Amino acid sequence: MSIRTFLLAGLGMIVLAGTANAQEYGPSGAPASWAHPINDSPVVRFFQVDRAEYRLSQNNKPSYIWDAQGWIGTDLNKFWVKTEGEGEVGSPLDRGEFQGLYSRMVSSFFNVQAGIRQDFGAGPSPTYAVVGLQGLAPYVFEVDSAIFLSDDGDLTARIEAEYDILFTQRLIGQPRVEANFAAQDVNKLGIGSGLSTLEAGFRLRYEFRREVAPYIGVAWEQALGGTADMKRLAGNKASTTSFVAGIRLWF
Amino acid sequence: MVTRRRVLGAATAGATLLALEGLIPAWAKSGSMGWPSSDARSGPNEFDLRIAKTPIMVDGKPGTAVTLNGGVPGPILRFKEGERVTLRVHNELDETSSVHWHGILLPFEMDGVPGVTFPGIPAGETFTYQYDVRQSGTYWYHSHSGLQEQLGQYGPIVIEPATPDPVSYDREHVIVLSDWMFKNPYKVLAKLKKQSDYLNYQQRTLGTFFEDVSKKGLAATWKDRLAWGRMRMSPTDIADITGHIYTYMMNGHGPQDNWTGLFAPGERVRLRIINAATMSYFNFRIPGLQMTVVQADGQNVEPVTVDEMQIAVAETYDVIVTPQEDRAYTIVAESMDRSGLARGTLAPRLGMSAPVPGLRKPALRTMFDMGMDMGNMDMGGAASSPAMPMSGVDHNKMSGMKMSDMDHGKMPGMKMSDMDHGKMSGMVMPGMTQNNMPAMDMGGMKMDGVGPVVARHGPDHHGPGAVSVAEVQRNRLGEPGTGLKDVGHRVLVYNDLKALEPYNQAPPEREVELHLTGNMERYMWSFDGKKFSEVNSPIAFNYGERLRLILVNDTMMDHPIHLHGMWMELENGNGEYLPRKHTISVKPAERVSLLINADAPGRWAFHCHLLYHMDMGMFRVVEVSPYQGET
Repeated sequence: MSIRTFLLAGLGMIVLAGTANAQEYGPSGAPASWAHPINDSPVVRFFQVDRAEYRLSQNNKPSYIWDAQGWIGTDLNKFWVKTEGEGEVGSPLDRGEFQGLYSRMVSSFFNVQAGIRQDFGAGPSPTYAVVGLQGLAPYVFEVDSAIFLSDDGDLTARIEAEYDILFTQRLIGQPRVEANFAAQDVNKLGIGSGLSTLEAGFRLRYEFRREVAPYIGVAWEQALGGTADMKRLAGNKASTTSFVAGIRLWF
Repeated sequence: MVTRRRVLGAATAGATLLALEGLIPAWAKSGSMGWPSSDARSGPNEFDLRIAKTPIMVDGKPGTAVTLNGGVPGPILRFKEGERVTLRVHNELDETSSVHWHGILLPFEMDGVPGVTFPGIPAGETFTYQYDVRQSGTYWYHSHSGLQEQLGQYGPIVIEPATPDPVSYDREHVIVLSDWMFKNPYKVLAKLKKQSDYLNYQQRTLGTFFEDVSKKGLAATWKDRLAWGRMRMSPTDIADITGHIYTYMMNGHGPQDNWTGLFAPGERVRLRIINAATMSYFNFRIPGLQMTVVQADGQNVEPVTVDEMQIAVAETYDVIVTPQEDRAYTIVAESMDRSGLARGTLAPRLGMSAPVPGLRKPALRTMFDMGMDMGNMDMGGAASSPAMPMSGVDHNKMSGMKMSDMDHGKMPGMKMSDMDHGKMSGMVMPGMTQNNMPAMDMGGMKMDGVGPVVARHGPDHHGPGAVSVAEVQRNRLGEPGTGLKDVGHRVLVYNDLKALEPYNQAPPEREVELHLTGNMERYMWSFDGKKFSEVNSPIAFNYGERLRLILVNDTMMDHPIHLHGMWMELENGNGEYLPRKHTISVKPAERVSLLINADAPGRWAFHCHLLYHMDMGMFRVVEVSPYQGET
């Protein structure tokens, strides 16, 4: 069978299937030309700046970070973007990343995501393939985890978890932990193999509206193993504790 | 002394009242003498309804409504049983619209559900509905297009019976309860898709944690928090849309507008109460007055006197009250989540008012609502007793009943003639078959007045569309509804409803079981875990058959389930006097059984009447075949 015949046959099948369905809309049994009674799979858009903050610590210059994500799509299929980055105030951007992912609902509370990540900023800017799992874990932890394979073949992974503690209906405390792992040393990025960094923070936000919540908090970052060694070699501390102030937004 | 300032104040208030009342149809105006009459009748049996966008005022705030003949609610439609009515509906919106006649038996092409029974009424066009009125009672009508109903497109229908009314009364008021928002409902729906507890400002906090610790102890409190956390659910999830943005209305009046209906002391006053809200169950009471329920969903019932009742979305109840004193009485319709209330007044003269009770403490969902297996907890030996003694169940007076020798295989058609129906209110064994009975456990009945376990969930957990299933399913028809267990006075329960006339007693020929499912976190709603758009075909009924529809609520919210075109006879143990309903509220983890005569050929909508649940997929079409009509 030639490619042309194959394509024509395929087209014919699509047309036939179309004709069979043209009579009625399956779920209602009503004429297919009628508008559907409800639209239960609307396309929704979401964008959230989870953290946009200014940081002060004893040994470093004032710095900033951002951490945002957004999606567009239906319950089942979404296009998901994530971006985060950090830098010192007054200096060029230290490190930023952007992820573009296809996200698919795989269970009541979890989505599987796959796509690419592009880093940018002062240092090397690798491109990664990403596979991740994001959702709401038992005991109401928001969990975001992913494995990254760089264009150099380096394998790293990250897991983040957040939890909300309601002091009042609007004053909400949020503990947050993040761990980064590497399967090998990535010298040009200053990463040693194994558990490379651990972060823990607590942020206290006030939701003036659900969508608008300024916060203050504390963040602790610890480099471990080879990563800590490389930091020290570069003249930095392996551990930093910062006071943070920022804003959380979504729309 | 009347000062100039007071005169001016009164004049301003009067002008405001006039401006407001100008947009409300005559029947719903404050100070109504009662006996509301139709203001849409344009001929002997003809009515004209215009759907349009209209500015309105609610509690002194301006908003834009989708109105029928210029008001919220729309005009009252008064039909007479036996007449053939013609209703011309003119759509003056810039989008498709529709009117559905809720609870009315009619040919399916006249039912008014776009995409199911007709294509809808395009912008600028007129659709003429025509049907024979074959019933009497209190009903209502509303848009079935998008979220138009949220914006005011609803109104009452009162049908005068052809034969003498079994209910005697001196005066009648129609009370339409609803929920109004000044926001764009589509935007609110989008917020719920992004954060489903967006409007819940009654969540548990660290403060309530410590309160519970001091009441129940640390271990019990911790265990409770872990159980909810493990499920990723919240016990404060009573209503999705709350008083945070809703203004609850009575006849188009906000609580401050205080709709007032007049009476003369000593009169028997009939209140025709319609819950036309999109998302709000109401706890309805009139402090100082007992209410005698005489009709439910337009169907006469044996009178039952109560102090309070929960009215599910889309239900109607007629009650008789007999105010004796020459004073005002406050009509309170508190939203089920207790985040707000609709309020009105019954008074001998306009301008009077009575104290408005404050909102009661919000209720919490329980582990029973989750359908968790509580069989082995704190129950003593009751669960394992082979004879299933029911002596502990005093709330439904079943003490003398032994069930050990019943032949379960024959239960659907079981004759109960030698049993005392009056004392069997809690005794419904619908849908029980040998297959789902072995694990049956009556132990839970003793706890908290929660109904008995009647079945267990099967292995199918319905996929991502359902976050939970009711592992144990209860008969909860003897319970008064979320939050009304401990109010200290008599509250209506479904078991109280007993038809005035006996209906069909034929046993059903087959059973259909449907599960109410949802994923609150993603704000997805469905039957059997599938949204409407995910199924391949309608639910098939055979014309002329009698069937049993079993509904199991796998979610932890209450859902008012509405079948168009046919009655559902609620199997609540009242023998041949089962009440007929168009809308049945199914409690969390409840298993209810309904008998249906499939006597109306065509395509009929079947859905949760919480508007946003319906719109997000808790919707099906029931196809009664064969039928004539398009496709």
